[in-house]
Amino acid sequence: MRMPDPDQDVLARRLDIIAALRKIVPVEGVIAEEEELRVYECDGLTAYRQLPMIVVLPETTEQVSRVLAYCHEQGIKIVPRGAGTSLSGGALPLEDGITLGLGKFNRILDIDYGNRCVTAQPGVTNLALTQAVSADGFYYAPDPSSQIACSIGGNVAENSGGVHCLKYGLTANNLLGIEMVLMDGEVVRIGGKHLDAGGYDLMGVVTGSEGLLGVITEVTVRILRSPATARALLIGFPSSESAGDCVAAIIAAGIIPGGMEMMDRPAIHAAEAFVNAGYPMDAEALLIVELDGPQVEVDELIGRVEKIARENRAESVRISTNEIERENFWAGRKAAFPAVGRISPDYYCMDGTIPRHRLSEVLNRMTELSDHYGLRVANVFHAGDGNLHPLILYNANNPGELEKAEAFGADILKLCVEVGGVLTGEHGVGVEKRDLMGEMFTENDLNQQQRVKCAFDPTQRLNPGKVFPTLHRCAELGRVHIQGGQTRFPGLPRF
Amino acid sequence: MIETFNPGSADEAGAIVSDALAAETPLEIVGGGSLRGIGRPLETGYALSTAGLSGVSLYEPEELVLRAGPGTPMSQIKMQLDQQGQMLAFEPPDLGVLMGGDSEQGTLGGIVAGNLAGPRRVKSGAARDHFLGVEAVSGRGELFKSGGRVVKNVTGYDLCKLLAGSWGTLGVMTEITVKVLPAPEKTRTVLIECADAAKAVAAMTQALSSPHDVSAAGWVPQAVASRSSVSYVSSTQKALVAIRAEGIGSSVEARCEALRDELAAFGNIEELHSHNSSRFWEEMRDVRLLDPVEGDGCIWRISMPPASAPELLGGLHNALDMEAFLDWGGGLIWAHVCGMADGGSYVIRRALGTGQGHATMIRGSLEQRLIHPVFQPEPAPIEKLTRNLKEAFDPHGILNPNRMYDGI
Repeated sequence: MRMPDPDQDVLARRLDIIAALRKIVPVEGVIAEEEELRVYECDGLTAYRQLPMIVVLPETTEQVSRVLAYCHEQGIKIVPRGAGTSLSGGALPLEDGITLGLGKFNRILDIDYGNRCVTAQPGVTNLALTQAVSADGFYYAPDPSSQIACSIGGNVAENSGGVHCLKYGLTANNLLGIEMVLMDGEVVRIGGKHLDAGGYDLMGVVTGSEGLLGVITEVTVRILRSPATARALLIGFPSSESAGDCVAAIIAAGIIPGGMEMMDRPAIHAAEAFVNAGYPMDAEALLIVELDGPQVEVDELIGRVEKIARENRAESVRISTNEIERENFWAGRKAAFPAVGRISPDYYCMDGTIPRHRLSEVLNRMTELSDHYGLRVANVFHAGDGNLHPLILYNANNPGELEKAEAFGADILKLCVEVGGVLTGEHGVGVEKRDLMGEMFTENDLNQQQRVKCAFDPTQRLNPGKVFPTLHRCAELGRVHIQGGQTRFPGLPRF
Repeated sequence: MIETFNPGSADEAGAIVSDALAAETPLEIVGGGSLRGIGRPLETGYALSTAGLSGVSLYEPEELVLRAGPGTPMSQIKMQLDQQGQMLAFEPPDLGVLMGGDSEQGTLGGIVAGNLAGPRRVKSGAARDHFLGVEAVSGRGELFKSGGRVVKNVTGYDLCKLLAGSWGTLGVMTEITVKVLPAPEKTRTVLIECADAAKAVAAMTQALSSPHDVSAAGWVPQAVASRSSVSYVSSTQKALVAIRAEGIGSSVEARCEALRDELAAFGNIEELHSHNSSRFWEEMRDVRLLDPVEGDGCIWRISMPPASAPELLGGLHNALDMEAFLDWGGGLIWAHVCGMADGGSYVIRRALGTGQGHATMIRGSLEQRLIHPVFQPEPAPIEKLTRNLKEAFDPHGILNPNRMYDGI
């Protein structure tokens, strides 16, 4: 993976830069020793590693602002980092860059039940947000599977989803306000405790921008009252086609489950061996459907979903009758990644989204690719919204196998785009999918996105080398190419 | 007299914008025209109509996705969704009559460009939250796309969010993909007599904080309620809090019963069933209960934290000749201000403060919209980002110039 060429001039000034940063943040907040920098050399995408030049851990917005203003003035690159759980290398360091960690921003600032929102610093974990309000019967809806570790600031940067997002939305749909520091050190507040923007929806475009537009220093999210009850069905199918048909039929019947997850045979077997959740071992596909809401509604919908499942060739249906059973149904799904980790030395987790009705076609093509590359693959699938997580099994100790796994992964993502889907549903582009962006976007599309980058960060010092396959200078992108006067549509009236 | 171009394809739209760019001639971007009166007055000699970019090109109910041209009438989209028992969950309003025109003139492009949303905003989000993909022509005359047709998508920047609510100042949308959802089987509304705004907001907050899955919560003072065509509402001669529950029949009945019990302390309680409930919320959604015909008043839409609503409302009532009602559980004030040369702009913006929400002059005279800010003025660093973004999409100010702010 080619990253921007390191700036030798910046590298030569490393000691001066460390001294300057120590005047801005407490001495222990500037990390320069190699063994301590090692902690930050990668995020959740461990295949890519790079020691950062320096790590800085500011404690206040003012410190973030001063660090960024200093780097802006000195021409130094910045890589923002939350909890470091990104699966796409969004926080991969740069050799000549400063990794700016938000780990010390770990306080919940305000719980406001009157406005049904919570304001927190960006380093607070996703789960801690929910825990802060759960005793009062509330929760924060987006729940990425890394929720125990991932931070809310990172969730905003990646627009994280989770198993409940078909019904409750992604981060973008649950975010009310942010405070953000621009690369030049300017602190901006966008949104607040109210709904929607008065002018352009800056918060909307910042959400999911992967740390390229600004460093988030405060987040306000809406909280919801926890559903009165939740029950789940565990349904085994003889084929992924019938499971897919069942999902389509549930939605066609007007039911939007709180969660709807599918696993294929290899994933079922790996999970069952790991947690003994009682999954049907003879099923080709397993569906977990969770209904949440008012008691009467959940009880009625459970019955409707069971009927739909049986009409779609379900071979086994179990319905949870209490919380322990419901959690047990989920245990295997939630442990799917570590379970696969047990049956293979390494695995590579992909993240494409497809239109749901193309599922069996995509799975069949994936089986062909699996044969072609000689690597096994297990699939877990957010079935409600078409977000597919193929886990490619490989052994990094076998020469060439990582490269093979990556090529297999790229083929899967190209396939997702080919059937009308997208490269990434929730893990982000980062460095991982950067060079595949051309599969989905034209040069015009990418140029327009980069112009947005230029609007926030004209010198492109913030997280360069991520998301965009080619870096254009902002001045070059800003030029207007006038093509009029020789219109391709002579029938149209002319000015 | 404005000359109007009618492109029939995205390429034609691109060619027109390119020609306009070459001729340095700005364009007004028009859909059905029903929202034309929102924003600062335009002074363009030419318009680009999206009427020819019309029609639903993809609708897959089981995939919860619909794709259509921006000029597609909302009435057509609604009809197609109705046939499959589905809806646009953000409850797009029809502001035609409020704006002094007819109803059913609106287009999908207008709804998205204005990022409009009805009472269900409080539960299901606004147009922006359901806007999955777009193809558009920038002010550079370049065709670009963003997003896709799937809900889960973080591939590249979400330019849909920027285009939603940009009122045609960043791009001419040529194709729009939205998420659709199943329509509820049943709707009911619990009405609570409540004259005091603070008590009303407390009741709405309690309802929205309950596990009863409330899909709308509003408050109408007596004079506003009296204009409702639903006799249960108008005949009470009382100010009313309205709480809506939707979903499957048994659930709606159970939840309304629970809400009635839990909110009994706030005042006498009535219930609206199916048709009456739908009609009342349509009136709320389309802002039909204010009386803009009377006098030369301004109509304002103010979004703020719900808990701030009672104090803000009180302050505005003291300073202005105003009629208002609340939606979004108190997070939205619709106000009709009379007898002020500035339409109430000074008082409203001062009372709202900076960063505490936003106020938009939805309807005002040409002069009022020319002299006083229509959209919420932005603090300097935000204004700078706004200008940079306009520059990124439309550096020569070809698309709806000055509609939102001077130079934007």
